[in-house]
Amino acid sequence: MSNLLALAGVNTHIGHYHILQGVDFVVPRGGLTVLLGRNGAGKTTCLRTIMGLWKASAGRIEFDGSDIARRSTPAVAQLGIGYVPESMGIFAGLAVRENLALAARSGPLDAQRLEWIFGFFPALKKFWNLPAGHLSGGQKQMLAIARAIIEPRKLLLIDEPTKGLAPAIIAHMVEAFRELKRTDTTILLVEQNFNFARALGDTVAVMDSGRVVHTGSMTTLAEDQAEQQKLLGLSLDLHQ
Amino acid sequence: MQRLLSGDYPRSRVLSIVLVLILAGLALAPFVFPGTRSLNVAAKICVFILLVASYDLLLGYAGIVSFAHTMFFGLGAYGIGIAATRLGPTWSSLVAGSLAALAFSALLSLLIGLLSLRVKTIFFAMITLAVASFFAILASQLSWLTGGEDGLTYKLPELLLPGTKLLEAPLLGVEISGRIVSYYIVFFGAACLFLALLRVVNSPFGRVLQAIRENDFRAEAIGYRSVVYRSAANCLSALAATAAGILYALWLRYVGPDTTLSLDIMIDILLMVVIGGMGTLYGAVIGATLFVIAQNYLQDLMKLASDAAAGIPLLPNLVHPDRWLLWLGILFVLSVYHFPTGIVGRLRGKK
Amino acid sequence: MSDDALRVPRIDRIPLALIPAIALLALALIPSLPTWVTLTVAGLAMGMMIFIMASGLTLVFGLMDVMNFAHGAFITIGAFVATSVLIPLAGWTQADSLWMNLAAILPAILAAMAVAGALGLVFERVIIMPVYGQHLKQILITMGGLIVAEQSIHVIWGPDIIPLPKPATLRGSFIFGDIAIEKYRVVAVIVGLAVFAAMFLLLNRTRIGLLIRAGVEDSEMVESLGYRIRRVFVGVFVAGSALAGLGGVMWALYQETVSSAMGMQVMILIFIVIIIGGLGSVGGCFIGALLVGLVANYVGFLAPKIALGSNILLMVLILLWRPQGLYPVAKR
Repeated sequence: MSNLLALAGVNTHIGHYHILQGVDFVVPRGGLTVLLGRNGAGKTTCLRTIMGLWKASAGRIEFDGSDIARRSTPAVAQLGIGYVPESMGIFAGLAVRENLALAARSGPLDAQRLEWIFGFFPALKKFWNLPAGHLSGGQKQMLAIARAIIEPRKLLLIDEPTKGLAPAIIAHMVEAFRELKRTDTTILLVEQNFNFARALGDTVAVMDSGRVVHTGSMTTLAEDQAEQQKLLGLSLDLHQ
Repeated sequence: MQRLLSGDYPRSRVLSIVLVLILAGLALAPFVFPGTRSLNVAAKICVFILLVASYDLLLGYAGIVSFAHTMFFGLGAYGIGIAATRLGPTWSSLVAGSLAALAFSALLSLLIGLLSLRVKTIFFAMITLAVASFFAILASQLSWLTGGEDGLTYKLPELLLPGTKLLEAPLLGVEISGRIVSYYIVFFGAACLFLALLRVVNSPFGRVLQAIRENDFRAEAIGYRSVVYRSAANCLSALAATAAGILYALWLRYVGPDTTLSLDIMIDILLMVVIGGMGTLYGAVIGATLFVIAQNYLQDLMKLASDAAAGIPLLPNLVHPDRWLLWLGILFVLSVYHFPTGIVGRLRGKK
Repeated sequence: MSDDALRVPRIDRIPLALIPAIALLALALIPSLPTWVTLTVAGLAMGMMIFIMASGLTLVFGLMDVMNFAHGAFITIGAFVATSVLIPLAGWTQADSLWMNLAAILPAILAAMAVAGALGLVFERVIIMPVYGQHLKQILITMGGLIVAEQSIHVIWGPDIIPLPKPATLRGSFIFGDIAIEKYRVVAVIVGLAVFAAMFLLLNRTRIGLLIRAGVEDSEMVESLGYRIRRVFVGVFVAGSALAGLGGVMWALYQETVSSAMGMQVMILIFIVIIIGGLGSVGGCFIGALLVGLVANYVGFLAPKIALGSNILLMVLILLWRPQGLYPVAKR
C-alpha cells in the first residue's frame, strides 16, 4: 500500500466544540507530508486525534491497513507511531539519558543509533546526565525529536518543531530532518514556518476550519503564489 | 409568590408538596409537635437548612469545595456565646456579638476567597481542612475566652427565656413561653435568609457564578472577573453560615467546639447537600430535614431492628443505632455516582 | 551549535538544611541535653511514621491527580487487622525473646499491609476510577468512602478503644548516662529509613520508577510513548494503601491503643506534611514529615498550649516562602 496513513471523514468534538469537521487526507509511505493551515485550523487536534489522545467522534483513521480510530494512545504508539507534541513533552525532572531510556521501549539504548543521533544533536551527548529541564528551548526540541527516533518508528507525528527557535538552529534542524528522511521513516509534520516546510516536504495538505481544503505536492504549491494566497491568506514566503 | 421565590420554583409536583409540608411543619411545630425534643429537632432543622443552603451557594453554585464552613458557623455561635457571657444577657450585647461575628466572618472569608483563586481545587480543599482544624484547636485552647472544651453556657434576654410566660393561658394547648419566641426567631430568621439566598442565586450575579463554575476561562474572556465573583460568593456564603450560627446559639443557649466546629458537622453538611441535591438550594431543605430527622428518630427504629436481630452474627452491629451514619454514607456515595443532582434533581426528572 | 551559557544545577539543598536548623534552634532553647535528645529522637520517630503513611498519598496524587481523602481509613484498618493478629499471639509478644516477638509482629504487619493493599485495590477500581479527572466528585466520593470505611470498622471490631501493648523486647529505653532513648523509637526510625531507601531505589534505579517519575510530570506523554500507565496507577495506589497499613500498625504500637478515629486524627498531620513537601514529591514528603515530627515534639515541650496549632503555623510559613511546597513537582 502506498499510503501509510489515511484519514477519511474524521470528526472530533472537544466538549461542545466541533473542531474537526470531516478531515480527509493521506500520508504516502516513506515521504514527508506537511500539514499547513492558519492558527486554529485544527492541525494539532488532527495529530492528537491520530494519536488517540482525543477520540474521533466519526470517521476512519487507517494506519498500515487497519483502522486505529478507536485504539488507546499506548496501543497506537506501540504500532510504531512516534509523537512529538507542540509542547515537546520533555520530562524536566528526568535526565536526558532517562528521557531517552524511557522512550526506548524494547530495552537498552542502541549504541549505534545513539551515535547517529548525537551526530546531528551533539548537545544531547554533552548534557547526558543533566535534568532535561535545564536545557535550552532548542535543545529540548532536539531531545523531543531524539526521543521519537531512538528506536525505528514507522510514522512520526511532529507538531511545530521550529516554534520559537533561532534561525541558526532551524537550519541545523533541516539538516537533521534530511538525515532522518534517508531512513525508512514516514513523517507527518505540522509547520507554520514555510521555508522549513518547503525544504523538507514532499506532499502537502492544507487545513481550514477543521477540514482539509487542498492536497497536492509541495513543489506545485510552492510555485503557485496565487494558490498560497487563497489557502493561507498571505504569501507563504512571508510566513517565517 | 414569584417575587418571594425569586422565580425559582420547585418545578415538580412532589417536591412542591414536600416543601409545603416541611414549611407547614416547621411553622406550626410548637403546636403540631409539642414537646421539648420535637421542638429541638424543628429548631435544628431550621438552622441547618440555612447552613446547608449557604454551603450549597458555595459548592453547588460557585463550584468551590471548602472544608472551612463550620468555622463560620462557629464564629456566629461563639459571637453570641461570648457576648452573652462577657457582656451580659442583654439585647445590645447580642447585637454587638452578632455584628462582630459577621464582620470577622466577612474578613476571614475574603482572605480565604483570595487564597482559593491562587491554588488548585484539591490544594484549596486541603488547606481549608487545615484552617478549620486550627480554628477548632484555637477554640478549645483559648478557654479564658471560649470556655475551652466545655464551651459556654449563658443566659439570654428575658423575652427569650423558657421561664418567661407571655400569655397567661396556653394557646392551642401550648404554653407560650420565651422558648416559643426563640423558636420563631430561629424559624423566621432562617426562612428570610433562605429566601434571600434564593434571590441571590437567581440574580444575574448567581448566573455569572454558575457560568464561572462551568467554564472559568470563558467567563473571564467575556469580561467577568472571576476573582470578584468568587470572593463575593465566599463572603455571602460565610455570612449566611454565621447567621445560622447566631440562630443556633440563641436556641441552644450553649456553645462548644463539638456543637459547631467539629469535622463531623462538616461531614454532615456535605452529606446533606449532596443527598438533597447540589446547586438547587431546595436540596438543602430536603437534605437537612431528612438528616436531622434521621439523626434523631431513625436511631430509635434501628434500635428496634438491632434488638430483633440479636444473635445473628454481624447483623445487629450493622443495624445498631450508632451505625446510622454508615447507611447515610452509603447513600451519599451512591448519590454522587447516580444522582449527582440529589433528591431534588431526581424529583424534577433530571439525571 | 553549542550553548555554554547553561547553569549547572545544584541540588536544591536549602530544604534539607531546615532539619538540622530546627534541631539546633531547639537545642538553644531547651536547657537540658538529655531532654533535647529524647525530644529529637521522638520527633524523628514520629516523622518517620508519618512519612510511611503519607508517602503513598503524595505519590498517588502526583501520578493520578487523585487526592484520596479516605487514606486515613487504610491506616486505621491496618492497625485493627494487626490487632486482630497480635491479640491471640499475646504470649509471643510478651515473651522476652526478640525472635518470638518478631514471629508475632511480622505476620501482623504482613496481614495489615495485605488487607490494606487489597482494600486499596477495591477502592481504586470501584470508587475512584469512575471519577478520574473530576476533582469535585473525587473529593466527595473519597470522603464518603471514609465515612463508610470508618463505620464499617465499628461494625466489625466494635466501637471501643482497644489497648495494644508493645512487644516485650521493644519496650524500655537505651540508656547512655543521663540520656534515655526509647527502643521503639529507634526501631521506627530504622523502618522509616528503610522504607525511604526502598522507595528511592525503586523510583531512581528501576524502569518502573522511571515510568512513575515521568508519569507524575506528564502522564499523557508517557502514554504517547507507548506505556499503559493506568496499570501503574493501580499498582501505586495499592502500594500506597499498603504503606498506610504499615504506618497504622507502627502508630498503633507507638500509642499502644487502637481506635477507629486514629486514622482521621493523623490525617490532618499527613495533609500538612504533603502540602509542606510539595504534592507529588516523595523527597519533599520525607523532609516535611521530619520537620512536622520535630516541631510537634519541641513545641509540645516548650509551649504546650500552641503545640496543636504549631504545625499549621509551620505550614503557613513554608507556603509563604514556597507556595507550592518545598519540592514542587514540575507539572505540565
